[in-house]
Amino acid sequence: MKSSISRKILMALSGFFLMFFLLQHLSINILSVISPDMFNEVSHFMGYNPIIQFIMQPILIFGLLFHLIMGMYLEYQNNKARIKKYVNNKPNTNSPWVSRNMIISGITVLAFLILHMSDFWAHEMNYKYIAGSPEDPTRYWEELHHEMGEMSHLIIYTIANIFLALHLLHGFQSSFQSVGFNNNKYTPTLKKLGNVYAILIPLGFIFIAFFHFFTQSH
Amino acid sequence: MSEKKDMDLTLKIWRQKDAQDKGQMVNYPVKSISPDSSFLEMLDVLNEDLVNKGDEPVAFDHDCREGICGMCSLYINGEAHGPDRKVTTCQLHMRKFKDGDTITIEPWRANAFPVLKDLVVDRSSFDRIQQAGGFISVNTSGNTQDANAIPISKIDADNAMDAATCIGCGACVATCKNASAMLFVSAKVAQFSLLPQGKVERKERVLNMVHQMDLEGFGNCTNTGACEVECPKGISLENIAIMNTEYLKASISKKA
Repeated sequence: MKSSISRKILMALSGFFLMFFLLQHLSINILSVISPDMFNEVSHFMGYNPIIQFIMQPILIFGLLFHLIMGMYLEYQNNKARIKKYVNNKPNTNSPWVSRNMIISGITVLAFLILHMSDFWAHEMNYKYIAGSPEDPTRYWEELHHEMGEMSHLIIYTIANIFLALHLLHGFQSSFQSVGFNNNKYTPTLKKLGNVYAILIPLGFIFIAFFHFFTQSH
Repeated sequence: MSEKKDMDLTLKIWRQKDAQDKGQMVNYPVKSISPDSSFLEMLDVLNEDLVNKGDEPVAFDHDCREGICGMCSLYINGEAHGPDRKVTTCQLHMRKFKDGDTITIEPWRANAFPVLKDLVVDRSSFDRIQQAGGFISVNTSGNTQDANAIPISKIDADNAMDAATCIGCGACVATCKNASAMLFVSAKVAQFSLLPQGKVERKERVLNMVHQMDLEGFGNCTNTGACEVECPKGISLENIAIMNTEYLKASISKKA
């Protein structure tokens, strides 16, 4: 962690981990559109399996916090490397906006995560460990459906996922570059794959939010 | 010869008396500039006018004026080495501009490249990085093999040659939003690590050069790719990936 390259590699590795988590998260959530029973079954397993709860969940929280704190630290260091700025600078001529503003897209996703965690994770922790409510394998779909019933949630989820897409558009291919994977043969395909991933994952989450909002029995 | 007519321009140039001075942008009108002249020749015309008037000429770095020495710099209209691609400032021609244009000219901006005077910056941080490992030791024992007798694959030879075209001008640092020197350092690391002669010291080289780069106060690379676009020699980002791998391998084997 002492050198710039070590930090860069660790940032990429935590990024890979979080991208894998996003794929897994979407795979489970999409079940809520396909079958409420299936969604309940998988959610209950995820919520009560001790390996997931006491090993995987803390690893995920650590990975997320590491990515977040390291990202902010690197941004601080990078800003410090050029105290005197240019009078006239045209960064758009040589690099895409998404690559230069990972901190903006990242902080927006973080702000959303606070809301998202209080919506679902804090509720789960309260249900299981504070209120000590009994196991109910049938409650998850209804809770999700209810939470997605508000227009404000739909708007926030949509905006947050657009920023997630912007973050991933650079983050995916940048992670591979950071761990040393860049060659003429495979990188163009990898970049295309990254663009597909960066669009499809957030689009999937937006679709789920829209599905639940428009299927409410108001 | 260009068919364009001579141009009248307004130059907004960073003037700074010395390293301690705060500095400011100063406007200078220049008249009858030939579109066939180079950017540095245009600055020569301005300086001649300033000297004739008894004013201090604008200080700027230059040497070969053939695009190979890496001395000229300048952030022109918001871009390192100006609006053209894969050329140094000395190879930038005035035909890239229009009559009546206002052109801003600033020095490279990075804490590791402090301004010495006007448009001249101190790039000795690059020299110190090179001294930390950007070379092959010549420990001749009397039975050194002829370099031409060692077979090298065409791909490695080409990639090493491409990396070796880095002239160390600092455009990568100047243009990077983080003032990172990764493209420069990676070109030097890759150039040697791809060749048999450079493989012997590859671990120490990458560790020492990266350590020195960090000590000099350059920022971290965030893979925006701006350096590759603005590099006058077209040094590829692939070199940074090579350096990252080299660094990872060297760090692991050093600890093992």
